[in-house]
Amino acid sequence: MAATQEQTYVGQAVPRKEDARLLTGRGRYVDNLSATGMVHAVIVRSPVGHARITRVDVSGAKAVPGVVAAFSGKDLEGAYGGLPCFWPVSDDIKMPAHLPLATDKVRYVGDGVAVVIAESRAAAKDGADLVELDYEELPAVTDVEEALAAGAPLVHDDVPGNKCYTWALTGGDPDRAFAEAAVTVKERYRQQRLIPCPMEPRGVLCEVSAQGDITVSTSTQAPHILRTAYTLVMGIPEAKIRVIAPDVGGGFGSKVEVYAEDMVVIACALRLGRPVKWIEERSEGCLATIHGRDLIQEIELAATQEGKVTGVRVRLTASMGAYLQAVTPGIPLLGAWLYAGAYDPVGYDFHCTGVFTNSTPTDAYRGAGRPEATYAIERAMDKLAAAVGKDPVEVRRLNFMRNFPHTIASGLTVDAGDFDAALDRALELLDYDGFRGEQEARRSAGASKQLGVGFSTYIEMCGLAPSRILGALKYGGGGWEAMSIRVLPTGTVQIVSGTTPHGQSHATTFSQIVADKLGVDVADVEFLYGDTAVSPTGWDTYGSRSLPVGGTALWHASEKIIEKSRKIAAHALEVSEDDLEYRGGRFGVRGTDRGMHVKECAFEAWHAHNLPEGMEPGLEVQYTYDPPNFSWPSGCHVAIVEVDTETGDVQLARYIAVDDVGNVINPMVVEGQVHGGIAQGVAQALWEEAIYDADGNLVNGSFTNYLVPSAAEVPSFELDRTVTPSPTNPLGVKGVGETGTIASTPAVINAVLDALSPYGVTDIEMPASPERVWRAIHANQ
Amino acid sequence: MRRISMTVNGTQRELEVEPRELLVYVLRERLGLTGTNVGCDTTSCGACTVLVGGESVKSCTMLGVQADGLDITTIEGLASNGTLHPVQQAFHENHGLQCGYCTPGMVMASVSLLQENPNPTEAEVRKALEGNLCRCTGYHNIVQAVLAAAKA
Repeated sequence: MAATQEQTYVGQAVPRKEDARLLTGRGRYVDNLSATGMVHAVIVRSPVGHARITRVDVSGAKAVPGVVAAFSGKDLEGAYGGLPCFWPVSDDIKMPAHLPLATDKVRYVGDGVAVVIAESRAAAKDGADLVELDYEELPAVTDVEEALAAGAPLVHDDVPGNKCYTWALTGGDPDRAFAEAAVTVKERYRQQRLIPCPMEPRGVLCEVSAQGDITVSTSTQAPHILRTAYTLVMGIPEAKIRVIAPDVGGGFGSKVEVYAEDMVVIACALRLGRPVKWIEERSEGCLATIHGRDLIQEIELAATQEGKVTGVRVRLTASMGAYLQAVTPGIPLLGAWLYAGAYDPVGYDFHCTGVFTNSTPTDAYRGAGRPEATYAIERAMDKLAAAVGKDPVEVRRLNFMRNFPHTIASGLTVDAGDFDAALDRALELLDYDGFRGEQEARRSAGASKQLGVGFSTYIEMCGLAPSRILGALKYGGGGWEAMSIRVLPTGTVQIVSGTTPHGQSHATTFSQIVADKLGVDVADVEFLYGDTAVSPTGWDTYGSRSLPVGGTALWHASEKIIEKSRKIAAHALEVSEDDLEYRGGRFGVRGTDRGMHVKECAFEAWHAHNLPEGMEPGLEVQYTYDPPNFSWPSGCHVAIVEVDTETGDVQLARYIAVDDVGNVINPMVVEGQVHGGIAQGVAQALWEEAIYDADGNLVNGSFTNYLVPSAAEVPSFELDRTVTPSPTNPLGVKGVGETGTIASTPAVINAVLDALSPYGVTDIEMPASPERVWRAIHANQ
Repeated sequence: MRRISMTVNGTQRELEVEPRELLVYVLRERLGLTGTNVGCDTTSCGACTVLVGGESVKSCTMLGVQADGLDITTIEGLASNGTLHPVQQAFHENHGLQCGYCTPGMVMASVSLLQENPNPTEAEVRKALEGNLCRCTGYHNIVQAVLAAAKA
């Protein structure tokens, strides 16, 4: 049983420990680091989407003053192996070779072909301009369905039909559900391609020691995964590799990745014997950093006449891009269990085809598979409501799963939830009846600006992930997490973390957990992370896992500290352990005023003059936790939009989010995560789309035309929470990093379609740009 | 190379720069003031915002040689004697930053805004910060921070 402790910090909006350096310009992002003798790398990239390389000549670059070296892909062949994909999802998967620099063919605009190294970044850029690349251009294919068509250009000569894999999941009896359905709804949606755009572009700095050890500082979410990956690709023993994630300026999944540039930089540093730094430019990053989404979804619901969903059938055609990155094939499948959302059909049938195209590789972008699933089911539920003549709220309520733990048709078990509670609270904040009245008034007045409301009663699975399940899914790694706690001789505490933050406030929230468990001041807890030479091997930060997996490991590590301290205290106080009562960090002897604090136990453990027989000195522990289940945040998001029917402009007028993320460690941090997630999901609905032309050019690969929203485009958000603690972990937490992005996109599109329903508009592609909205209105007039 | 002279965070600096060097790289690489971040190459994101003569300027939009004779304030020059500027303090209290990368530019743009308009409405804050992108916060708490700083 868990020891008793005071809750002084957990649940409180403790101000962030991270802020002081970041607010005063003392952040240590990769580009702020330098090393003695450092040189700068610039990568030369393919300007075409598909071509056979006939010649790469770097001699012009070498003649530029300041240029130290220049290498083509052929020059570096043998310096490294191919980039890894850790998730061969099926037996039929094709995993073509992916060299860090292309040698035979380039397969997307941005594919690297050469590298120039110089004393300054400017000289390296001058040199890169003089690298000559000759090629025979080949026809390109960037549309995922065109890539599957007969006669399509082959992205990889050894992958027939560009088909990467097929993958299926069934539960219950879907065929029967559809055969017996009174009502069916069949929809087709396009999840446009997105560019993650963390504000810090990527960067890598590699230093080589006299012994040949390498230290790589890189803008990553995953230093531990990278250490292993560097060994696999570079052939350097893992023990000789140190990976440091310094301050990292956002990631959103795009930095859980094994990138070509890391390998090129390491290879050059080893070859030249000098530190080498590469910093991505933004427009370069739009090509060279992974993209998200890009799939076609077909979803079919079987239902009763009343609108009770009995079956869900899903067919996905998902773009891998030109190559498989670390977990590319698995991303659409992370949504495979969620296409029935918070509802409860008896039959479930999911199928996905992965396809290569001449485009930037896709991989994890905030939510990774789950926003896509939520979008499809939440839009289809509105269609079902229309088909059975019910309100969207009513049809959702009719279908909620209610008894927990609840095994869903796709086979996993949802541990806790109360979907009605979140919906009720959201409706209350919205004033649903009042809203419908105002909407009707505008409609009957024929106002040019029409109102719409959209709902998303989502559920998601995060806290990645139980290692046994990952193994069953052919994933190449585990999902556990490791945490160490050191109570130092003078009573301050260090957490040494296997997960690495890049904006999520781990230093603050993890310190809150430990401060409460051990009865110390939160200011006396330090958080060490992001350096493989310091931290215990872990699985890093993605999939909203840090708190439900890492935080749970930390809770258990704290218990181990208390357990050992209890023995030390009992021995020192000459009482039995049963006579001790633990509260607020102190072991009190029942019925007396005698006692001893954990901090004093740490001092005893350090000098070790009088420890119980056989006890190891010191008060340092590590705990490694493998979760038995995913965690399951849920909630209700509501978007209210105002559509200008004359211009097609959509304004987000209000946004309400009621989330159930279980127990909350720091409400300020939780709300911040939700705000940011909402903005990203809204951006998919209204503004963002990476557009390729038929020749494979990314036509909007910069911040001038890829529309990341500013403060002027979004409103303040109205947030509330309901709480059903997760019974799966002792903290009762569920994770919050992705909920906003997962929930918000369909809420906004449902709202746009609600506003446009008097105009006979029943579908709109994302992003719902003014042009698309205007055309949709006028198509039916 | 050209010789320029400018005041940076209250200190007179004389240095040689290439005519093509952007002010942001002069600050970061020649003066070691790496608090000013670079987030794009199209002068869109505002991460590199500094004050030039008291007004916010994207330091990637200006050449170093154009700063000759001017007075520059960067994020490193905002706090005084270890006390955060009210805008920095408000960002801290309102959780106006997560990863922190856009923060120096966002803070400098907010300082400039409040000098021009000491009591902005929420809509005015949002409009004024249009040239500064953040991917973490959804802007909610940044706007709250600026409004709080205006009251401070």
